[in-house]
Amino acid sequence: MRPLLKRLRGVIAALLLGLGLAAASLPASLPPAAAQAPASPSAANEQILFNYLQGSVQGRVTIPDQKSALLIQPQGRDFQHFWRTTLKWIGGVAIGGMLAVLVLFYLIRGKVRVEAGLSGRTIERFNGFERFAHWLTASTFIILGITGLNISFGRELLLPLMGPEAFAAWSQWGKIAHNYLSFPFTLGVLLMLVIWIKDNIPNGDDVKWFAAGGGLIGHGHPPARKFNGGQKVIFWLVVLGGGAIAVTGFIMMFPFQFVTTMEGMQLATQLHGVIALLMIAIILAHIYIGSVGMEGAFAAMGSGKVDLNWAKEHHSLWVEEVMSGGRGASVPRGASKAGAD
Amino acid sequence: MARMKFLCDSDRCIECNACVTACKNENEVPWGINRRRVVTINDGKPGERSISMACMHCTDAPCAAVCPVDCFYTTADGVVLHSKDLCIGCGYCFYACPFGAPQYPRLGNFGTRGKMDKCTFCAGGPEADNTPAEFAKYGANRLAEGKLPICAEMCSTKALLAGDGDIIAQIYAERVTRRGYGSGAWGWRTAYKEMTTG
Repeated sequence: MRPLLKRLRGVIAALLLGLGLAAASLPASLPPAAAQAPASPSAANEQILFNYLQGSVQGRVTIPDQKSALLIQPQGRDFQHFWRTTLKWIGGVAIGGMLAVLVLFYLIRGKVRVEAGLSGRTIERFNGFERFAHWLTASTFIILGITGLNISFGRELLLPLMGPEAFAAWSQWGKIAHNYLSFPFTLGVLLMLVIWIKDNIPNGDDVKWFAAGGGLIGHGHPPARKFNGGQKVIFWLVVLGGGAIAVTGFIMMFPFQFVTTMEGMQLATQLHGVIALLMIAIILAHIYIGSVGMEGAFAAMGSGKVDLNWAKEHHSLWVEEVMSGGRGASVPRGASKAGAD
Repeated sequence: MARMKFLCDSDRCIECNACVTACKNENEVPWGINRRRVVTINDGKPGERSISMACMHCTDAPCAAVCPVDCFYTTADGVVLHSKDLCIGCGYCFYACPFGAPQYPRLGNFGTRGKMDKCTFCAGGPEADNTPAEFAKYGANRLAEGKLPICAEMCSTKALLAGDGDIIAQIYAERVTRRGYGSGAWGWRTAYKEMTTG
């Protein structure tokens, strides 16, 4: 074993000398033809070329697949490191951290109640089309999120449980679902942008809302129109984050069509992963506050009609607007008349 | 056990593309896919070099690291192979590969990719050696027959070397010593990181 290692070391030393130094620093030993070649950059030496081109080495090929002219791209190793380590940390910390924060918040703050109690009278908050846009986005986002998380973490979490064949089959279906559901998801985001953008322009009320802690911390309910400051933040995160996921996703789905360089494709893939994982973490908070986190909130997107007292507490200015316009409030059968309570 | 590697002596490569053709013929590579290709650097200028490139069968292979379904494996000879039964055609290995080795037959709409195909070092795939099923998916398994990859075996100038890394490195080192120049073992630094620290 010893002599072999020694011989190997000799070979490696000879190689490094022969490769690195012969072309770079011993021009005297070059044959006449090569000696006439301009000194920089020498096409002959990989290291010099790498330094000159700052990365990949591009050449010419005679086959139709022109992207194969990229001879070597060492940054593939960076993509490897990003995918195996960086992305998993970002996703794990963001999603795991958000779940921990939500559990803690629930334990400390508990469910946000309607302080005046439920009135039994409702007011229409979202019509059928608004709810369609929301649930179109939401349902596809959940499937896209699960199949996407499967790509990011399935190898570590699911593969050992399912075995290679079952996991590959599930991932194959997941990929198909992920590709095709991207279209309705994008449509949902666009619809929400169009129907809600007028209610989501930031204004002075939002500053006051955030200054008062949004009613989550403490017990005051700062006034708000149809969407409060927090909801506006979610709206813009969904529109911009969802838009970014859609754009990078379509770039990935049509490889080298919109973006023609290797760096561009790698960047799109990395951005898609990071933004999507952060969006999943953000939407977990949205799901929490729209369901178990707040009494009366789910009805807004469920039946579309919210309890009047809930609306007065969370969206006082919006209720005044609707009431003065004389639309919206409806009295369910058996409920006491308006003003009786 | 041998550690199989490719080495292209770019001072000998004459860009005849016979390695590309032989590979396609031997392995009956799908239409539109080139497991091996010849890239010419500084074409038409002084110092022009051609390099025959395929999968380098990397140490700590990036393709295997990023594969979401873990379909790659490394044989006892250091050859990086994959299972087309498990591959879902996501395309990540192509972004991670420093050498542009993984390729995908185009299927259906959009850029939908089929099962990835790449150089197998003429070592087939996970199926039993030299069965019709193995040939249909991965091509020839010359290693199981005691032969080296066809591309290197038929290279007329012996620019392309395939075999145990130590042996082909020694052959190359002897050439460099004898002729007094050499442009390096293309891709070795990226593929087999240990070479740089040696």
